[in-house]
Amino acid sequence: MTVLSVRGLSVRFLMPGGRRVAAVTDAHFDAAAGECLALIGESGCGKSVLVSALLGLLPANAQTAGEARLGDLDLLAADERTLARTVRGRRIGLIPQSPAAHLTPVRTIRSQLEETVAALTGVRGRAALRSAAEQAARRAAFPEDHLDRHPHELSGGLAQRAATALALVGDAPLLLADEPTTGLDRDLVDHTVDELRRHVDTAGRALLVITHDLAAAERVADRVAVMYAGRVVELTDADAFFGAPGPRHPYSRGLLRALPDRAFTAIPGMPPELGNLPDGCAFAARCDRAAATCATRPPMTATVACHHPYVPEDSHA
Amino acid sequence: MLELRAITAGYERHAPVVRDFSLTVGPGEVVGLLGPSGCGKSTLARVAALLHRPDSGTLLLDGEPVRHWRHRAARAQRTAFGVVFQQPRLAADPRLRLAHLIAEPLYATGRRSEVPDRVTELASAVGLTPDLLTRRPHEVSDGQLQRACLARALVLRPRWLICDEMTAMLDASTGAALVAVVEAYRSTTGAALLAVGHDRTLLNRWCGRTVHWETSCEVPEAS
Repeated sequence: MTVLSVRGLSVRFLMPGGRRVAAVTDAHFDAAAGECLALIGESGCGKSVLVSALLGLLPANAQTAGEARLGDLDLLAADERTLARTVRGRRIGLIPQSPAAHLTPVRTIRSQLEETVAALTGVRGRAALRSAAEQAARRAAFPEDHLDRHPHELSGGLAQRAATALALVGDAPLLLADEPTTGLDRDLVDHTVDELRRHVDTAGRALLVITHDLAAAERVADRVAVMYAGRVVELTDADAFFGAPGPRHPYSRGLLRALPDRAFTAIPGMPPELGNLPDGCAFAARCDRAAATCATRPPMTATVACHHPYVPEDSHA
Repeated sequence: MLELRAITAGYERHAPVVRDFSLTVGPGEVVGLLGPSGCGKSTLARVAALLHRPDSGTLLLDGEPVRHWRHRAARAQRTAFGVVFQQPRLAADPRLRLAHLIAEPLYATGRRSEVPDRVTELASAVGLTPDLLTRRPHEVSDGQLQRACLARALVLRPRWLICDEMTAMLDASTGAALVAVVEAYRSTTGAALLAVGHDRTLLNRWCGRTVHWETSCEVPEAS
């Protein structure tokens, strides 16, 4: 069952002087219950803007197009009141990118958890709130003896777990995790994504993970969407992407080749500016397969947007 | 030779986060320091870079004990270190354009005349275009800002590089590119490197020797 259905989502920022920044262009994807979709790509490719668009948290100079349906509600058309009262926390749980900035600095983790429990669930009474908050902390493996600390007294990993605990309180059918593993060590990354996976498997939630950590994506995802310069350039099954036959878009292959347990070589050059994208394929300038046809924009086929993707036959070369 | 001997350091008097830790980085050596979040490895990196005074223990630079820390340290000792931190946003002055950010150590040490040459040279080494050099931190991505922070760390040609989770915020490709820049610098200057991180695969690939924090036992690895 499809929980989130994104069709032709585009986000433009109008900058002073009439400049337009194309942060997200024509994104199509679905997230089904019990499924994890990982959205991967380098920093500045528009991943976080996409999350903000789904939650209605874009700044005032942003324009959106297309639609993003959560059940029968179009998130892009919904008003602030609907989003604030029925969507955020209740139908979409957000695990934010930088928990240190997301948590309230002047209050303890316990007080923030209790407030969230009281706001989102029917739990009432001091003792009941206290135990519900402790239970919420346990779900995200946040140690109970740290509950009375303030955010600045926590390490990055513990702050991340506190933010995860807050996101899980509302039992939302869709979880958005925006870089949930940044700054965590490998064991904690594994634990965090396994925990996210557990919420997908047992509670039938849909999970959209935004990440640049390919190892975490490999561990958690059923499907992978690769974003480059604001566009989804490849959307495929995680097994095929990370295993055989491997990704088909040259950019996706370059990303995997950059991993330290693979070739550990970077893709040459840097991504283009979102305010100044070329007319054709945005990756052509960095692509070793680029040809004259790349001056026109490649359409998205079933899984890949490229004029000459790797085909399964030559992928083992 | 950078030697940490029985370092105990922390932020509260009776609760040190690093206890009795010893580590030696030989000339031109690449040492990885691997540990979980919150174990104190960043604190140790700050001690090694003269940025945090330890409660006890000795830090020796080429056999010379360090007596002063932070801004009180001797300039020759301070400028022998280049440090790259995990979060470029927190490590960059938001008011400075990237060109100025990279050149700041040269201005601070009275070597203004070297600025144009060094900035041009380093910008191309780390892959920053002239257009990016005129921007301020909020106008560039994390990856681009970390490239500038790495250039800043290299601008004084340090003998020791301390990279504290340099690539943790970055995508795989940018991370690999920055490691390649560090290795290119090391191969021309013979600088030593202390790379702090939690990514076992990365450190094993990058470093000749990896020290695990939990046990402090040293695991030799082929580089």
